[in-house]
Amino acid sequence: MQGAIETSETILNSSVDPAATKEVAHHEGHPDLRVWGLLTFLASESLMFGGFFASYLIYRGGAANWPPEGTEVELLVPAINTFILVSSSFVIHLGDTAIKKNNLNGMRLWYAVTALMGATFLGGQVYEYLTLGYGLTTNIFSNCFYLMTGFHGLHVFVGLLLILGVLWRSRRSGHYSATKHVGIEMAEIYWHFVDIIWIILFTLLYILTMF
Amino acid sequence: MTKQLVRKFSYKRLILTDEKRFMAQAQLPLNTPPGMSGDSAKEHPKAWKWYDYFTFNIDHKVIGIQYLVTAFFFYLIGGLMAMAMRAELLTPDSDFLDPTLYNAFLTNHGTFMIFLWIVPAAIGGFGNFLVPLMVGARDMAFPKLNAIAFWLNPPAGAILLASFFFGGSQTGWTAYPPLSLITNNIGQSMWILSIVLVGTSSILGSVNFVITILFMRVPSMQLTQVPLFCWAMLATSVLALFSTPVLAAGLVLLLFDINFGTSFFKPDAGGNVIIYQHLFWFYSHPAVYLMILPIFGIMSEIIPVHAKKPIFGYKAIAYSSLAICFVGLFVWVHHMFTSGTPPWMRMFFTISTLIVAVPTGVKIFGWVATLWGGKIRYTTAMLFAIGLLSMFVIGGISGVTLGTAPFDLHVHDTYYVVGHFHYVLFGGSVFGIYAGIYHWFPKMTGRMLNETWGKVHFILTFIGTHLTFLPMHELGLQGMPRRVAMYDPQFISLNQICTFGSILLGISVIPFFFNALWSWMYGEKASDNPWDGLSLEWTTSSPPLIENWEVLPVVTHGPYDYGMNGRSATTDKAPSESVS
Repeated sequence: MQGAIETSETILNSSVDPAATKEVAHHEGHPDLRVWGLLTFLASESLMFGGFFASYLIYRGGAANWPPEGTEVELLVPAINTFILVSSSFVIHLGDTAIKKNNLNGMRLWYAVTALMGATFLGGQVYEYLTLGYGLTTNIFSNCFYLMTGFHGLHVFVGLLLILGVLWRSRRSGHYSATKHVGIEMAEIYWHFVDIIWIILFTLLYILTMF
Repeated sequence: MTKQLVRKFSYKRLILTDEKRFMAQAQLPLNTPPGMSGDSAKEHPKAWKWYDYFTFNIDHKVIGIQYLVTAFFFYLIGGLMAMAMRAELLTPDSDFLDPTLYNAFLTNHGTFMIFLWIVPAAIGGFGNFLVPLMVGARDMAFPKLNAIAFWLNPPAGAILLASFFFGGSQTGWTAYPPLSLITNNIGQSMWILSIVLVGTSSILGSVNFVITILFMRVPSMQLTQVPLFCWAMLATSVLALFSTPVLAAGLVLLLFDINFGTSFFKPDAGGNVIIYQHLFWFYSHPAVYLMILPIFGIMSEIIPVHAKKPIFGYKAIAYSSLAICFVGLFVWVHHMFTSGTPPWMRMFFTISTLIVAVPTGVKIFGWVATLWGGKIRYTTAMLFAIGLLSMFVIGGISGVTLGTAPFDLHVHDTYYVVGHFHYVLFGGSVFGIYAGIYHWFPKMTGRMLNETWGKVHFILTFIGTHLTFLPMHELGLQGMPRRVAMYDPQFISLNQICTFGSILLGISVIPFFFNALWSWMYGEKASDNPWDGLSLEWTTSSPPLIENWEVLPVVTHGPYDYGMNGRSATTDKAPSESVS
């Protein structure tokens, strides 16, 4: 008990404004860590897809025919979709480059184009679901197919919301600038993540089923 | 070894970005920012009110206590379930509980204890309360995310409790298909939902810990000067980040199988039940490290402080946490030796399992060497820590025996396994949480826990644990299967000892519960540093003020530098010129 510290007496008896200090402490006391936080989260998130991918590969390895007889994998729409999604990753980067040059309108343009491309991708996905000859419960391949693409589609949708959020916030002048655009950067990183996952997914579900 | 610890740290003053503001609020005449005069500052609270603990609060200390109290509530529920099960097992026949209810209790006892007591209390509770204080940060990196992570827990518990209205999940906490596909679909789906919620909470919390420990240390603190608890939390968080999503993947597949007609785990339709086991244990083996690594951290804090000696092998203990984290990701198949695992897998995973014992042993020897020749104070916290040390060694050794495939094939799914993991989880994790509560209660609440009642609590718990769980090893070796409500009458005497022990364990919670409640309200006021600790959380007031420190402390010595550099524990203070 005798280890009491004088300093803390002083601290206790002086007045601290918690509301005012909170802002300062959290946003100026240390560098912005949100990008690191997002990267950490995505590293974790990718393991969830990793679980799906690993399961898929085990099913594939254990099956005599893959995909099972009568399940035709359609390639045209997904190939176009892949092209759109992969290009959108470059487009969104143009937006990021634009804001770094303080070109707000450029950023808005490129982000809007990305959003459009993302929406097209989702539309293509839905079109594919509607026209495929098999449903979720047809066989183990279709189980995996719908679960994995559906789960990825959900992520595309979230990415789309992030981009739309960026566009919405960019209406306010001064919200984003060359030095202040963490939100834009995070939306871009997330979009790249969705893109990378799709490339693996496309390889597993489409390209590998051709052999 | 000691050379690293004696390293001198310069008394360099910290330049704070917000120092000016703090000085202004201390009503110094200079540099008072507009709108922040002394009068307006006076109206703001210095500490939270009791009702703040029931709200969505983003202060890490509030969140830590919220985690601990919520988790303790679920601990009591899980404990009552265990006692009901033990009452059933008093006699070989099924006469106390309906077997279905017994199965539901069995499942939910495990689920509550793992997912809603030990994990949230050890990681969420102590982690949130202590990590920012120990690294000299004003809060976690993402305070709102932190609060969201906590508030996923109460609904998860509520869903589990509500599942009893639908009969509850009855498959054991492992939820193996095909059993989980054919028993009580509603209860099982609710169970899955609940686990996904706590899993999400765990991931969000872990993101926070990793970033906080890596990037938010007070500038004068190197990574090799952070308290060992933070190292343990870093390893825990990395492990949670890598393993939890895989469980989520497995549970999503299971959910689809139960509710949407897919056949991932239905062998008759091309599915494969073993895949579920892999996905499940890829998380759930690391989960045992999630439950014990923070406890190792707590041990590394409590033992040097109450033995008044520098920790033996700071770096060895710090890096062994990371080693456990890494190796722990590659041992999961040792839970599946009887699942038709091919021989090469059995061999690989036996070896990797035995390797985990090495970094764990490093820690154990580190603590024993710290105790050696120390000025040991037998406080309740220290008693629990020493109790943990002895019990964890028993649990660890039985774990090594279980990790070897030839032995495991014989005792798999027997009470030997139950005995083993209760020694690690109760004798290890729960003892560690108790030790942590006795150690940091003064810091959390500003009041001391009653030591006499604490010792009563310790003795009852210690005897109760051995009585309950030690006979289980023998039961298992004799071949009594786990997860049964009825058993062969030859096992009756040992089972009665277990049941008696469980009653003792139930009673042991009572002195603790009322001690904590009473002390929180009327206990003796605690000083800022009642145990003469050297880590940063003891440099602030008890309980810490809302932003932890008015002026951030300066690290002038390592967290365990007892009797070094000619300094003694009572003169640890941050330079006070800045505020006087």
